[in-house]
Amino acid sequence: MTSPFEYAPAPESRAVVDIAPSYGLFIDGEFTDAADGKVFKTVSPSTEEVLSEIAQAGEADVDRAVKAARRAFEKWSALPGSERAKYLFRIARIIQERSRELAVLETLDNGKPIKETRDADLPLVAAHFFYYAGWADKLDHAGFGADPRPLGVAGQVIPWNFPLLMLAWKIAPALATGNTVVLKPAETTPLSALFFADVCRQAGLPKGVVNILPGYGDTGAALVAHPDVNKVAFTGSTAVGKRIARTVAGTDKKLTLELGGKGANIVFDDAPIDQAVEGIVNGIFFNQGQVCCAGSRLLVQESIQDELLDSLKRRLSTLRLGDPLDKNTDIGAINSEEQLSRITSLVEQGEAEGAERWTAACDLPEAGYWFAPTLFTNVTQAHTIARDEVFGPVLSVLTFRTPDEAVAKANNSQYGLSAGIWTEKGSRILAVANKLRAGVVWANTFNKFDPTSPFGGYKESGFGREGGRHGLEAYLDV
Amino acid sequence: MSEQTRLSVFKTYKLYVGGKFPRSESGRVYEVTDSKGNWLANAPLSSRKDARDAVVAARKAQGGWAGATAYLRGQILYRVAEMLEGRRDQFVREVADAEGLSKSKAAAQVDAAIDRWVWYAGWTDKIAQVVGGANPVAGPFFNLSTPEPTGVVTVIAPQESSFLGLVSVIAPVIATGNTAVVIASEKAPLPALSLGEVLATSDLPGGVVNILSGKASEMGPHLAAHLDVNAIDLTGADADLARDLEIAAAENLKRVLRPRTEDFAESPGTDRMTAFLETKTVWHPTGSLGASGSSY
Amino acid sequence: MPTTASAAAAFADVTASESTLRRFLHGLPGVDAVGLEARAASLGTRSIKTTAKAYAIDLAISMIDLTTLEGADTPGKVRALAAKAVHPDPTDRTTPTTAAVCVYPDMVATAKAALAGSDVKVASVATAFPAGRAALPVKLADTADAIAAGADEIDMVIDRGAFLAGRYLEVFEQIAAVKAECGDRARLKVIFETGELSTYDNIRRASWLGMMAGADFIKTSTGKVAVNATPANTLLMLEAVRDFRAQTGVQIGVKPAGGIRNTKEAIKFLVLVNETAGADWLDSHWFRFGASSLLNDLLMQRQKMATGHYSGPDYVTVD
Repeated sequence: MTSPFEYAPAPESRAVVDIAPSYGLFIDGEFTDAADGKVFKTVSPSTEEVLSEIAQAGEADVDRAVKAARRAFEKWSALPGSERAKYLFRIARIIQERSRELAVLETLDNGKPIKETRDADLPLVAAHFFYYAGWADKLDHAGFGADPRPLGVAGQVIPWNFPLLMLAWKIAPALATGNTVVLKPAETTPLSALFFADVCRQAGLPKGVVNILPGYGDTGAALVAHPDVNKVAFTGSTAVGKRIARTVAGTDKKLTLELGGKGANIVFDDAPIDQAVEGIVNGIFFNQGQVCCAGSRLLVQESIQDELLDSLKRRLSTLRLGDPLDKNTDIGAINSEEQLSRITSLVEQGEAEGAERWTAACDLPEAGYWFAPTLFTNVTQAHTIARDEVFGPVLSVLTFRTPDEAVAKANNSQYGLSAGIWTEKGSRILAVANKLRAGVVWANTFNKFDPTSPFGGYKESGFGREGGRHGLEAYLDV
Repeated sequence: MSEQTRLSVFKTYKLYVGGKFPRSESGRVYEVTDSKGNWLANAPLSSRKDARDAVVAARKAQGGWAGATAYLRGQILYRVAEMLEGRRDQFVREVADAEGLSKSKAAAQVDAAIDRWVWYAGWTDKIAQVVGGANPVAGPFFNLSTPEPTGVVTVIAPQESSFLGLVSVIAPVIATGNTAVVIASEKAPLPALSLGEVLATSDLPGGVVNILSGKASEMGPHLAAHLDVNAIDLTGADADLARDLEIAAAENLKRVLRPRTEDFAESPGTDRMTAFLETKTVWHPTGSLGASGSSY
Repeated sequence: MPTTASAAAAFADVTASESTLRRFLHGLPGVDAVGLEARAASLGTRSIKTTAKAYAIDLAISMIDLTTLEGADTPGKVRALAAKAVHPDPTDRTTPTTAAVCVYPDMVATAKAALAGSDVKVASVATAFPAGRAALPVKLADTADAIAAGADEIDMVIDRGAFLAGRYLEVFEQIAAVKAECGDRARLKVIFETGELSTYDNIRRASWLGMMAGADFIKTSTGKVAVNATPANTLLMLEAVRDFRAQTGVQIGVKPAGGIRNTKEAIKFLVLVNETAGADWLDSHWFRFGASSLLNDLLMQRQKMATGHYSGPDYVTVD
């Protein structure tokens, strides 16, 4: 159905961001080349345009950065909390001031719609720094005993799906508690972390407190294995999380892991149905489904399956896929060719295993990495697409008959990060929420985040919490 | 009447698994001696299959134990203290033998262990308020974080402190609704095996605590790699074993409590409880009372 | 095409008794207020530019029920309004006419005469507007008067007291009676006064009640209470007409009224229509704005798009 009311293109201006042709590593307050001179390119996934050439940190650079962080730790941890707080407040404010620039940058480097970077990522980034800024001089009152101490140098490795937000989740609590940081952004999305280095410079943050080391997996591996790192925080895949857990085994390094998920979104027959449809869409198509807490398994009560699927398909047909910088785009690009091929192969496997595929009719741009919103019906717990994390805009639809069955199926996963419940019956919400083995349960809503709200997984979705008072514990010697 | 010394009745020490007292399925035993090397008893030398059975029992008991009210769990933990108080003399003797302590020093250990049950009994219905709470999110949502038990926890009990240390590592695990598979001190397992008898008569559901005697080095790797175990307390493992078990535990990302220097006579904090708690955060919309426009 | 009468027949079981009707209305899916408002707010962030904006402005103008509902209304005021409806922008004759002029029953004849020869309809509020507190014969007489005077459309108010007291069948029968009075002579818009129904669940129930009783349009409000049309309550009513058509094949119109004062807001409502009910509703036959001051803002925006510079209130007519 074509509408006479076609929205004309409404692109956000790219002029607000000035991307340099090359960037160095950020070590001890300076941008510097990698010791071995290696570089890599970062491309815009929506166009495959090369955005910049980035220095690639090797083992020697990791050592240099950890040493810088160690030197900075002494003074930084000795600062009164109220002074550390003011640095973080400054950072929060500068991020607010530069939020349009950073949103456009993030959209260019990541491929996600400007609507999301502008309305979700950036506001949450600033809020996270504001929140932890306030903790810096109140740690005595956080419930971890009097005068809890920082750990030292934190080695942090973050993913590409929310580059700047994941940086904020890592750096804000680390600095508030008096640690110093060496952070490795993902190889496909290094730019916002490097712009953050400039935010630190504007804020006057002492040298070496934050160090940014772009690179690939081997850079991250070198960082977590470095003997002078006291704390390791990782967000990414469960497979890499396990490798890191083995690396730090037998050491004193404190470890927190934020890993994969296969969230169940449970819709009962008495759900507020129109809001449930929105929640399902938001649950799996927010950020092209490249979200660890995505509601990638829809568990719908069999008695309303047809009605719900009709509504869902109708709604999916209104999603607008295309230029991520267009303010009306709902679905942007997949982050990388590699991720696209992983999604594609899992979807092919789903078809091969006999699940029924439905894909929204939409034109995909010629250049760049794209995948149209897709759902699978006739899926059972035995299907690969119901068990493996796709990390893409692909929803598996399963049915259940009773609340017991819904809970059993929801929990039947190695993961335990998120879950959703849709029902108008209050007691059922509480009973089901109580039985779900997941760190975040959204009832009659989905994919909501807040700096005050602890986030993290059960089971193989990782351990430790980010956000809230709970998020301090990962960075304190308690 | 002839003057004849009465021959005492020895106790056969057995495992405590699923609320029952089995021997090791392997049929193996090993000699347990006092600190001077005198024979005290033969203890079961548990196998990996005993460990596997203990995990099955612990898993089966976990839902019901976690689902019991915190008040009831507190009552039962307090009941353990009551039962122990009644068998105080027995435990003083066993601890004195096991650790080579004088009667009075052993008594101090037992008293402290009894008091530890009382301490954790009181925690069951308080920890959620201390570590959970409402989060003031910036939006029309009610947002609540509550702690929940991790699940089945393997506990490698301290090697030296055979009873106070043992109680100090078991009680915090089960106070919050976890169930435990405990490997007792290898050389001093008798107080642990006797504790099983006390737990069995304290209204504690079978399977909540399962006690195995034998070698941590033999059973540990299987329990650390077991996919139906959610966490492992390495307190009683030496550095090499602890590292190996931590590596094995990464298989399903168990929560790991590493060994550390610890004086069990000191007042415990809450960290042994929080080590085996997950935080669940639940969101729900609030919004306005009527359709007045927008909650945003 | 199925008619409202055939839809009424499809719900004969439901509307057979007070209890069956109550069960049906209370069995409709609940509405989560936060989720509904979030969806409305999110559609409000659509960015409508250039050609799409020009299209939307003309569409919005063509959907306006240009309204005056004051105790002080006079024939002169109504004639001026009618002239404005026919030629909203005297400097630009390409400007579309508004859909209708909306007046009290006693002004219908005046409006009808003033609009003679144009396509602009005369809509009349009726049934003891705005409170609706009169006996049914009075309401029917009010309606009959308006139609006799030439009204093309009747904007009735429901008895909110009866609705809130749970006397749904009474409300249903009143709407059906007014509908019968309208017959083929006038299209019926049913006003719920959503601000008084207060909850979204009530608005959904009222929407279905009105549609089953034969409404051609469902309308938010009178413009006489504190809360009138909002994006959220209009979104909810658009969902209702969408679902009603899916179930019965009968298409019902929607009219938000009161509180929509500028172009930006009006375009947000059109986005709601486009992405909820769909393009079939993007027509003055199926969607209306009950408004007065909105028109001048649309005209100023229209002039801005034509000339490239911002217009001012002295360049649009005040009536």
